[in-house]
Amino acid sequence: MKYISEFRNPELARRAAAEIAALTDGPVRIMEICGGHTYVIFKHGLTEILPPEITFIHGPGCPVCVTPLERVDLAIEMAREKNVILATFADMIRVPGSRSSLQQEQARGADVRMVYSSLDALEIARRHPEREVVFFAIGFETTAPTNAMAVLLAREQGLKNFSIFSNHVTVPPAVRAILDSPDVTLDAFIGPGHVSLVTGSHIYDFVAKEYGRPVVVAGFEPLDILQSIAMILRQRKEGRAEVETQYRRAVTWEGNRKAQAAIGTVLESCDMRWRGLGVIPGSGLGLRKAFSDYDAMARLGMAEPPSLSDPKACQCGDILRGAKKPADCKVFGTACTPETPIGACMVSSEGACAAHYHFGRHRREAV
Amino acid sequence: MCLAIPARVVSVDGPLAKVEVGGVSKIASVHLLDGVKPGDYIVMHAGFALSRLDEAEARETLRLLEQMGELEPGTLG
Repeated sequence: MKYISEFRNPELARRAAAEIAALTDGPVRIMEICGGHTYVIFKHGLTEILPPEITFIHGPGCPVCVTPLERVDLAIEMAREKNVILATFADMIRVPGSRSSLQQEQARGADVRMVYSSLDALEIARRHPEREVVFFAIGFETTAPTNAMAVLLAREQGLKNFSIFSNHVTVPPAVRAILDSPDVTLDAFIGPGHVSLVTGSHIYDFVAKEYGRPVVVAGFEPLDILQSIAMILRQRKEGRAEVETQYRRAVTWEGNRKAQAAIGTVLESCDMRWRGLGVIPGSGLGLRKAFSDYDAMARLGMAEPPSLSDPKACQCGDILRGAKKPADCKVFGTACTPETPIGACMVSSEGACAAHYHFGRHRREAV
Repeated sequence: MCLAIPARVVSVDGPLAKVEVGGVSKIASVHLLDGVKPGDYIVMHAGFALSRLDEAEARETLRLLEQMGELEPGTLG
């Protein structure tokens, strides 16, 4: 068992597609919350083998995409500070702020470093005790424990020059906001598999119980997505709305308690503004008071920035809520491309616009 | 961003494990997952092992997939 090739078997994909066709008896709008799923759906051309009645609505599960403009600007301000090394994930370096990007600041001389892990940022702090190392931390529940762990290790190792700019967000409040949004209608959800490694599948229970929508937590291979759609259709057929886990080889109902404990020790729930969704109460994770020494905003004396609107032409907000498709945006594929992104959804490969752009779906939709 | 990949554990040394991803050697932190041992398959994200892959569950998922597609359209009421 390699856990990859087995889940890309074309014969099983054909069987799953046949099952889905047999179970389809009308239009179904399914939101895949996670940008990783959006990417898999496009990369493997899954929409091509599914009945036309099934529509995917791309959700807000791309942390690069939902980080609001003013917070990108604040990271840029931090990077401009003398003595600061700002470390972050690759996509955050390219995402445009209101006037600049970290990439542009890097070209102007700011010390911006790309890292794969919070532990890389910690290592930079160890090697440069004379510098102030700020980790521009973003991510959902998948990434939050890894970033929290870096803070715990910094404390354990007595590192005094490491801090994080916390922009963590959590999935359930965003899903609730979307379900409460009057202009978005959804029949079911594909639940984010990797968020669920940490949280467990139980966090979506309210979607089934309060909103009566099925949720199937899915893995990230094409067969995982196809099987999940079949499971959703079967629930609808049988009049059920439950949380089911398709990605059972990795996800449990309870999740990873140790990772949950790391989050709970270092971070606490706070209100957070999302691009496209506005302020969602309790949807963010900020540093607890006990860890304020590791809070970059406090260390650099920076205040919460006032909110900024997206560029006028950019439709990222509506796309992130599932109210519009990338092709509905006037600048999609013209002024806004992965090389020169205007909106965040074009930056990350998991952004709905980048996925549409890279895999050519915009051409088909445009005709 | 929540990209995570299956990795095979080669060896474990304290909080760090040597893992293999598609023939490439990498280091994964096991700070967030107890009991990781050589031969395990883990799900790795941003340098951390977050979950252990369960072979029996994976086989069960594939078995369910193999049973699919036996139905013809319109045969369900």
